[in-house]
Amino acid sequence: MATNIILIILVTSFATYISRFLGAFTSEKIGETSKIYKWFNCVAYSTLAALISRMLIFPSGDLSDVNYILRITVILLSILIFYVTKRNLVYPTVLSAIILATLNSFTV
Amino acid sequence: MINPKYFLKGVLCSRKFDSPAIALGASFIAIGALLKNLGFTIQESIFSTFLTYALPGSLVMAESMLIGASLINIFLAVWLVNSRLYPMTVSIMPLLKHESQPRWKYYLSCHFVAVSSWLILKSNYEEIEKNYRIDFWIGIGTATWLIAIFSTVLGYYAADFLNKDMIIGLTIVNPIYFMCAMIGVMKTIQLSSAILLGAILGPIFYFISTEWSVLIGGVVAGTVAYLIGEKYGN
Repeated sequence: MATNIILIILVTSFATYISRFLGAFTSEKIGETSKIYKWFNCVAYSTLAALISRMLIFPSGDLSDVNYILRITVILLSILIFYVTKRNLVYPTVLSAIILATLNSFTV
Repeated sequence: MINPKYFLKGVLCSRKFDSPAIALGASFIAIGALLKNLGFTIQESIFSTFLTYALPGSLVMAESMLIGASLINIFLAVWLVNSRLYPMTVSIMPLLKHESQPRWKYYLSCHFVAVSSWLILKSNYEEIEKNYRIDFWIGIGTATWLIAIFSTVLGYYAADFLNKDMIIGLTIVNPIYFMCAMIGVMKTIQLSSAILLGAILGPIFYFISTEWSVLIGGVVAGTVAYLIGEKYGN
């Protein structure tokens, strides 16, 4: 089992490094002001947004055990707190964890 | 070699009050606890974060192990979920490029590309002279990477004291932080449409393919946003 875990870690890190390496390689010939750079920038932001919303709407792991109404409540509350605190990132983040952990302890 | 002044500037960037390091720390505490429950030793857990340093990749690895997936399947699943790192790397490397800097720095430091370090760089790079930006980036990367490793250790040892509700609380910190950070950078038509369309299309494509949804949703949304930005200006 021990060697198996090491092998799995190596495979995971290799699969991760490929994208980073290819990114560094491709960007060698791309200028900061080029159109292709702008396109990559848009795709980077979109992919991140897609990943984050997927993590919240179709979560995996422990978060998937949480009732979706509870999850949506926490998401909406966090956006509200973000705007109320003048776009502060710390308050919505910390409060989201506390609110979710507390509400979830009542529902299960 | 690496200019210590700019390296240190990069390191200190992750210490700001609203730094992405908070989200990074909380999520890797959860990863540390998860790896312990999966049967990893402390050395294996450190080794995992040290080498992979990408949250969704580690989550996919853990889930694949739970269902007993083959190495090939683990490789494909991790590669797909972490393929977002490709456009992310392309979108920062041209900002860091300078002919006076050796190439090894770029190929080594691309390991530091992750959402938190990427956001720190994006919001601070303009203040740094171009010939030292790569050293500044290595500073940011080293700091965030060490925070991830340290949090993994913390989570590993705290696993016995954390109940399920606390772990659930920790796992929502990461997506909530980055959701708010994304709303915060929606300042141009191009970026706003990229983020909004990505957030809508990602889950929609999930109904077609669970594994490819992020990648296809991101490319389609990004391309549409690019065209919108070109047409209506930034």
